[in-house]
Amino acid sequence: MSGSDRPLLEVRELRHQYGSHEVIGGINLSLTPGEFVAIVGPSGAGKTTLLRTLSGLLRPTSGDIFMHGEKVDSVPSELAMVFQDYSRSLFPWMTVAANVNFPLRRMRQLSKAERAERVRESLESVGLAGTERKYPWQLSGGMQQRVAIARALAYRPSVLLMDEPFASVDAQTRMDLEDLILRVWETHPMTVLFVTHDIDESVYLSQRVLVLSKSPTRVVRDIAVPLPRARDQFATKALPEFAALREEIAGHILGRTT
Amino acid sequence: MNSVANRVLRVALPLIVLAAVIGIWQLVTTLAPSFFFPTATRIGDAIADLYFSGPPEHFFLSDAFFSEVVPSLARLFSGWALGALVGIILGFVVGLLPRVAGYVDPVLQFLRSVPPPVIIPLYLILFGIGDEMKVLFIATGVLWPVLLNTIDGVRNVPTTQLDTAQAFKIRVPDRLLHVVLPAALPKIFAGLTIGVAVAIVVMVLSEMFAATNGIGYMLLQGQRGFRFPDMWGEVVLLGIIGFLFNTLLLFVEHRVLKWHRQSKGTI
Repeated sequence: MSGSDRPLLEVRELRHQYGSHEVIGGINLSLTPGEFVAIVGPSGAGKTTLLRTLSGLLRPTSGDIFMHGEKVDSVPSELAMVFQDYSRSLFPWMTVAANVNFPLRRMRQLSKAERAERVRESLESVGLAGTERKYPWQLSGGMQQRVAIARALAYRPSVLLMDEPFASVDAQTRMDLEDLILRVWETHPMTVLFVTHDIDESVYLSQRVLVLSKSPTRVVRDIAVPLPRARDQFATKALPEFAALREEIAGHILGRTT
Repeated sequence: MNSVANRVLRVALPLIVLAAVIGIWQLVTTLAPSFFFPTATRIGDAIADLYFSGPPEHFFLSDAFFSEVVPSLARLFSGWALGALVGIILGFVVGLLPRVAGYVDPVLQFLRSVPPPVIIPLYLILFGIGDEMKVLFIATGVLWPVLLNTIDGVRNVPTTQLDTAQAFKIRVPDRLLHVVLPAALPKIFAGLTIGVAVAIVVMVLSEMFAATNGIGYMLLQGQRGFRFPDMWGEVVLLGIIGFLFNTLLLFVEHRVLKWHRQSKGTI
């Protein structure tokens, strides 16, 4: 992590309990502007719970969240979220354009034309130009998830939270979407926090991987990914460094489970 | 080519069945005449004489149409609309507040099990024998299916849809109007459709109990005066009204819930 950057989002001693069961047990993490950070952990680790507390869907039992160095009580509107279940995250009664536009409606400072322009731009940047008037259910799963990504982009978040976004698409589509999100991240000034259970995916996409323990969840390792920034599905994954990182992360995850 | 033939058949077959039923009725009642079961043509004549023998400037609608059928239709529609509106609003309140739902559930289950006809005596005392009583009575009958279906629809909005709206900080009124309402709409329409059937039953009933006009009143008068073709005519007319009301609602549903039908079709 380059220490010169002031953290964009910082989480200190975040805990969450369901009744007496502690799911998250004191998480600390800090994201610098423009970073791509992946979070991996064994299944049953509170990965989704962590993202839900960060996105404001769940109130943490204790802990502090800082944005730009300032403590925030409610989650600021600078975060956007992409869910795993794209078919239920998009609204089937709205067209693709209306879905992307929906979070923009409350942005009073934008004129109708500006919002339409943002919708068009966002759809174009995920390769879905011209699908504005279609309905989500007329598109394939991969395309639907791209609509969800476009919706998040149109929102212009400073942090994009992604909760296992590619876990329900086929392998080929998954590779396409991984490269798409990298391209989108390169061209948009935002930090991405990407939750996945797939170790390869975490290494392939990110600059830094946070490894979580089983619940009560903590960050057990913070591993930098010093791979060349331009990634390639085959060349990058064939690098010895890639294999070494994957082995290291797998070791931490498996080590915790036994 | 095949699809055109299919479409023609799909429209023609039900009509052929309908014509066959009328034909059989005609045949049986002609071969074995009965005072209580007049022929189809006599029933048709009775309807025409009663309601469709007016002057051309009234579109051939007779005075009786305006004094009997129109009041019935007015009660039917206003009662149904009132019951539907109250049902949807209450359904949102109960459906959105799980704690309230828990408290009122036993009461709802009890009240909806009370057959609507048994509240007529109470309504007669409370509201008299005027139109208010009939409209409120119809509304009460319609309320339950709409209310229970709305509660069900509102409670079962997919969690991810609600999470999405919340994560993107959509305001609560927008969430209700643009997320919860459309998601619950298929269930609400199911309630509205049941409501149409209930409304017609309850409308006729209220007019048989306490009315000086209306289709239910005329039906009873026909029976009491041994004018059976007239009585059967009212039965047929009620069937037609129910069919038209239902068709109208289906037409609206078809347009409003296009996304619902088609999104289910592709999965």
